[in-house]
Amino acid sequence: MAGRTAAEKIIGRAAGNQEAVAGDIVEAEPDLVMSHESTFLVNKSFREIGAGRPWDPEKIVVVLDHRTPANTLQTASVHARIRELVREYGIKRFYDAGEGICHQLLVEERLAKPGQLVLGADSHTPTAGAIGAFATGVGATEMAGIWATGKIWLKIPETVKVVLGNCLPLGSYPKDLALEIVRLLGPSGAEYKCLEMVGDALPGLLISSRMVLCNMSVEAGAKAAIVAPDTVTAQWYSGVVEGRLDMVRSDSDCAYESEMSIDLLKVPPMVSGPHRVELARPVGELEGKHIDQAFIGTCANGRLDDLAAAAGVLKNRKVFPGCRLIVAPASRKVMEEAIDRGFFQTILAAGGTMVPPGCGPCLGAHEGVLGPGETCISSSNRNFPGRMGSDEAEIYLASPATVAASAVEGAIADPRRYLG
Amino acid sequence: MNTDLIIPGRYLENYDPAHLASHAMEGARKEFAGQVRKGDIVVAGNNFGCGSSREQAVIALKAAGVSAVVAKSFARIFYRNAINLGLPAIVSKDAHVVFSDGDMVLLDSSLGLMRTEDDAKKSSIDRVPSHVEHILAAGGLVPFLKSKLRSEGTNRDV
Repeated sequence: MAGRTAAEKIIGRAAGNQEAVAGDIVEAEPDLVMSHESTFLVNKSFREIGAGRPWDPEKIVVVLDHRTPANTLQTASVHARIRELVREYGIKRFYDAGEGICHQLLVEERLAKPGQLVLGADSHTPTAGAIGAFATGVGATEMAGIWATGKIWLKIPETVKVVLGNCLPLGSYPKDLALEIVRLLGPSGAEYKCLEMVGDALPGLLISSRMVLCNMSVEAGAKAAIVAPDTVTAQWYSGVVEGRLDMVRSDSDCAYESEMSIDLLKVPPMVSGPHRVELARPVGELEGKHIDQAFIGTCANGRLDDLAAAAGVLKNRKVFPGCRLIVAPASRKVMEEAIDRGFFQTILAAGGTMVPPGCGPCLGAHEGVLGPGETCISSSNRNFPGRMGSDEAEIYLASPATVAASAVEGAIADPRRYLG
Repeated sequence: MNTDLIIPGRYLENYDPAHLASHAMEGARKEFAGQVRKGDIVVAGNNFGCGSSREQAVIALKAAGVSAVVAKSFARIFYRNAINLGLPAIVSKDAHVVFSDGDMVLLDSSLGLMRTEDDAKKSSIDRVPSHVEHILAAGGLVPFLKSKLRSEGTNRDV
């Protein structure tokens, strides 16, 4: 038998079919499922199905992160209902408002593990591919079906091999690489497929960096992205998780659908937008463009190294008069450590505004909604019209360093001028 | 056509289908919600419904009266959401170039054909996979599982 991809092995194992290959449709039992405020809709459909109790409350994670703390009366009622139902069903892994973003918590809390099949009622679920899980997003009704039956039908995807060579130059970050990958693939270049990151750059890419790449793969249409577990992964779980980890890797003779290679040394700081993620170009092409707001945070780039990069740029500098800088840590832990290390103080001294851990302004719910005609540069993953508020606003995506440099200049700026 | 155009995030707090329907497609075509009539078909190009996993994108279209979406390709979560909520999502390579706004069309899934009444315009549509057909035939995943669990007698009552 020919070698198999990690995607084939993980989904095949969860479906009890060790011979399943790409293209097969199988019924699999997820190892872990997650939902956020979407849990409200999940439960509504779940009740309608009439299955009584969820199939396995131990495998269910619920996180409140999208509109936290509650932004409206309506949200407050939704949150209250969700708190009630997690108690009723005995769902112990519940993270209330303020703990962090669901995708961050799955990895940070070691809830997701290598080799697992993870389903989340959120499109950026592939973020957990960073630790070697096969993770993908579904809708709320689909999640209700999993709660009811413990099963989901999945088509095993083809895998695209993404070979990453060398290391990123000074001033370039994993976000720049992620934007380059989306630029090369286009918005549907990876549709229904799994991206597998390999190459000599991997040992130098931390779990937080891998999360950026897996997170952004969604913007190229990927069903999932995965980084084969290695020593970096083992280190992540060492001393935190007991027992053996299922370090599933693709066989060396497995069948990849296609292959692409990127020399990281050639990736400059990138800016993408407006309105389309694949419209990514070197920062030089957009330098000087006026911005009204700069936002650092989200499941793409709200982690400790992101806040460190931003603080490095902002140290002893001020946000440009009239420009707003908003920073939302991806989790409580990130926030606590950022305070310990002085990043908070640096950002505040520069004139930035800190908002609580959560999705914040990324989806235009609160804490930095854009008005008509405004321009924002953001470390998030989507710049679609209307995403952060007015559909007459423009959003550009970039690394936290580029966002911070742009906040200092009140215009899109090259972070390399602010290094050292 | 991404989900922020189909139903912007600022409308998602209110789950009422009528509320969502009144903002359907607002990001792409402001007048859509006022013009759409029961039974209308949305015809689109590549990657329809890309972006967020928000099921409200399907609820908004369905509650606005849309009876099917025919597109060159669908983003995978939107496709699954549509099927799960009983909204046929049909793949056609060329419907988006063959038909224009306002055409009166017939969709015949058994023949794999979409055509105008006078046959002047025709386009072939892909057959729906059988496991998907069962869910659509039941009216969505909820009614499908409801009857499945009842027939198996596997309810886990609280």
